[in-house]
Amino acid sequence: MRPMAQIAMVMNLDKCIGCHTCSVTCKQAWTNRRGMEYVWFNNVETRPGQGYPRRYEDQERWRGGWELNRRGALKLKAGGRFRKLAGIFSNPELPEIKDYYEPWTYDYRNLTDAPLGDDFPVARPVSQLDGKPMKIEWSANWDDNLAGAPAHGALDPMVERAREQASEKVRFEFEQTFMFYLPRICEHCLNPSCVASCPSGAMYKRSEDGIVLVDQDRCRGWRMCVTGCPYKKVYFNHRTGKAEKCTMCYPRVEVGLPTVCSETCVGRLRYLGVLLYDADKVAAAASVRDEKDLYEAQLGVFLDPEDSAVRRACEEAGIPHDWLEAARRSPVHALISRYRVALPLHPEYRTMPMVWYIPPLSPVVDALSEGGHDAEDHENLFGAIDTLRIPLEYLAEMFTAGDVGPVRASLEKLAAMRAHMRAVNLGEEPDPSVPAAVGMGAYEIEEMYRLLAIAKYEDRYVIPTAAVTDARRLEESALPEGCSLDHDGGPGMGGDGPFGQDSGRKLLPLVSVENFHVLRRRQRADESDAAAVTHTPEAEET
Amino acid sequence: MTTLLWGVLPYVALALLVAGLVWRHRYDRFGWTTRSSQVYESRLLNIASPAFHYGILFVLAGHLVGLFVPESWTASLGIGERAYHLLSLYGGTAAGLLTVAGIGLLIYRRRTNAPVFRATTVNDKIMYVVLLGAIVLGMAAKLTHSSGDGYNYRASIAPWARSLFTLQPDLDRMRGVPVLYGIHAVIGMVLIALVPYTRLVHMFSAPVQYLVRPYVVYRSRDPRQLGPRPERRGWERTGS
Repeated sequence: MRPMAQIAMVMNLDKCIGCHTCSVTCKQAWTNRRGMEYVWFNNVETRPGQGYPRRYEDQERWRGGWELNRRGALKLKAGGRFRKLAGIFSNPELPEIKDYYEPWTYDYRNLTDAPLGDDFPVARPVSQLDGKPMKIEWSANWDDNLAGAPAHGALDPMVERAREQASEKVRFEFEQTFMFYLPRICEHCLNPSCVASCPSGAMYKRSEDGIVLVDQDRCRGWRMCVTGCPYKKVYFNHRTGKAEKCTMCYPRVEVGLPTVCSETCVGRLRYLGVLLYDADKVAAAASVRDEKDLYEAQLGVFLDPEDSAVRRACEEAGIPHDWLEAARRSPVHALISRYRVALPLHPEYRTMPMVWYIPPLSPVVDALSEGGHDAEDHENLFGAIDTLRIPLEYLAEMFTAGDVGPVRASLEKLAAMRAHMRAVNLGEEPDPSVPAAVGMGAYEIEEMYRLLAIAKYEDRYVIPTAAVTDARRLEESALPEGCSLDHDGGPGMGGDGPFGQDSGRKLLPLVSVENFHVLRRRQRADESDAAAVTHTPEAEET
Repeated sequence: MTTLLWGVLPYVALALLVAGLVWRHRYDRFGWTTRSSQVYESRLLNIASPAFHYGILFVLAGHLVGLFVPESWTASLGIGERAYHLLSLYGGTAAGLLTVAGIGLLIYRRRTNAPVFRATTVNDKIMYVVLLGAIVLGMAAKLTHSSGDGYNYRASIAPWARSLFTLQPDLDRMRGVPVLYGIHAVIGMVLIALVPYTRLVHMFSAPVQYLVRPYVVYRSRDPRQLGPRPERRGWERTGS
C-alpha cells in the first residue's frame, strides 16, 4: 500500500442554477489576461449541449485520455512516446481557438468618438485575435439553456451515444426536453493523461495534495497536454506559448481556503475535502477491461480513513495528522464512498478523475410535477426514475460509461431522502421502508440530508492547511528567510538584475498574516460583523 | 578581412550562442518556448511544419557529416569523391527542397493568416530573414557548383571548420572559396549566434528524456517556495 492524499471536489448538480458566478470569478482571478481570452478554467455547460470546446467529448476526433492496447495495458489514445516525438512538429489533434470560440471585444471608442450623424453609433465586435471586426458566431456558452438545441442538440456526443442505447429518442422539442447544468474544472485525475502526454515533463501531480500543475518555466509549448486531456481542461496561452490549466487555486487551498469557484458558488453546491487513495492500485484500476467497471474500480482505490491499518500506513507514508483528521471529516469522502451518491465524470477516459458529481434528480421531479403528480412521493419518484429512461441513459453516458445502475441507485437515494425528509418536516411518521429500499437507515439518510441541504461553510470545505511542519514557516513567512539584507530593495538585492527590470530575482511584497486571518474570519462569519470587517491592521495604524 | 570573417566571427558566434543559452536558462526560462501558432491555424501547419523540420534536421545531419567527417574517413570506407559529391548533391538537394517548401509554406501562412501575422514579432521577422537567407544561399551555392565533380568543400571549408576547435583557425584554407559558399558560411554563423535570442532556442529543448521517464510525474511542493518568493516573468502582480 502506498497511501497518498488528494484534494477532491464533489458538485451537487441538483443545486446548480447555471448562474456562471464560478466561471466569472475564476476568470477574474486566473485568466483575465491577454493570450487567455478564450480560456475558462471553470465553465458551466448546459447539458444536453456540445460543451466547451465544442464536442470535446468526441474522443474519436480529439484522441484524449487513455485506452487499452491489445495486451490490455494502458496507452495514451493519442499515441505513445515514439509517436509523440516523431509527430512533435505539429499536432493534428490540437483544437484550434475557433473550436473553443474566437474571443472578441467591442469597439467602445466608437460610441464617444463617432462623428455626428443620423445614426446611433454602435460598438462593433472586434476580434481579439486579429483586431478586425468580426461576426460573433460561437462562444464558450452559446448553447446555454438549450439555446439552439433543436438545431445543435444532436451534435452532443453523449446524445449520439444515448440515442444508440435507448430505444426512445432524446427529444429537443420544447415540451419533451430536459436539461441540467454541468460546471466543469480540471479533474486533477489520479492517472492524468495530460501529465503523461507532456514531452518536457513540465506537468506534474503534487504528491502532497494531488493537484495537477504546469511548471511554467519548464513548459516548452509542445501542446501534447491539450490533446492528452480528454476533458480539454489544459489550455494553450497563445501569447506566452505555454500551457496553463486550473490550479485548484492551490495558493488558497494551501492555507485552508476553498477554491475561488467554491467560495463564490451561489448555490453552495461544491464540496472540497481530502480523499486518501492507494497509489499502487491506480494503474490496475484504470486498466480494468470493461468500461462499466471503472466506477467501482475507482471506488476500490480509495482508502477508508477510519481503518486503523490505513491510518498507520498513512502515518508511515508521512501524511500529516491533520490531513488524516480532515480525511475522516471529509464531505467528499462521505458523498463518494459512504453514501455513494457522487459519480465520476466520464470514467471511460480511464484518467481516474477526482471531481465528482451528484446526478440531478430535478429533471425527474420536474417531469412529475408538470404531469400533475406528487413529485415528493417516493413511489411516484422511484417509478419515474425508471420510466423516464431518457435522462437516465443520458446521465449514465456522462457518469458511468453507460451503466444505468449506479446512476439509478444514486437518484433513488436522493428520492428516498426527499420522501423521508418530507415526512419528517410535516410531522408525519417516517416510513422506515423508504430508506430501507435504498439500503440506508433513517439516521444515515438524515446525515446525508444535513450534508446536502444545510452544510455550513466549515462542513462543505474541510481543507487541511499545508503540512503542520510547514504551517509554522507559513506564519513566519512575513519575514524573509536567509540573509536579512536580502529583503526587497535592501542592500543585498542590488536593485534590478543585470538585464534590466524584468531580469534577476525579485521578492513579492509581503502580505501580513493578520490580514489573511481577518479576511478568513469575515468570509466564514454567518452575519457580517462590523467590528471584524473594519478591524484591520491598516485601520489600526491610521 | 579574412581574419575577421574566418578567424574572429566564428568565435564571436560561438560565444554569443553559449552566453545566450546561459542567459536564457538563467533569466528567461519562462520565455523559452516554441511559441507555436497552431491554435490560430492548424491545417497548413500540419503539412508545412513537419516538412520544414524533418528537412532541416536532415540538412543539419548533412552539414555535420560534410564538415566534421574528414575526407580520408569516407575514402577508407570506399566512397570516392565523385560518389560522395553525388550523394551530397542529390540527398542534400532533396532535403533542401523539402526544407524550402516547408518554410515557404510557413512564411506564406504567417503572412496571410491575420492572427498568425499579428503574433509575429520583429524578432521573428529578423530570424526568418536570416534563416531563409542561410537556406536559400546554401542551396544556391550547392547547385551553382554542381556540374562535374562539383566544388570540393571538404578540402577547404571542412578542414577550416575543424581547425576552429583546435583554436588554431586555418585561415589559408578559406582563400579561394567560392563567394556563394563564403556568404552562406557567414550567414550561417550569424544564425548560430541568433539562436538563443530568438524562438529558435526551442531546438535545445528536444524532449528526448520523454522516452525514458515514467508517464506520471509526481513532484512535491518546494519548501523553499513557501512564503514570499521571487516574482517570475509572466506572473507579476497586476495593478501595482
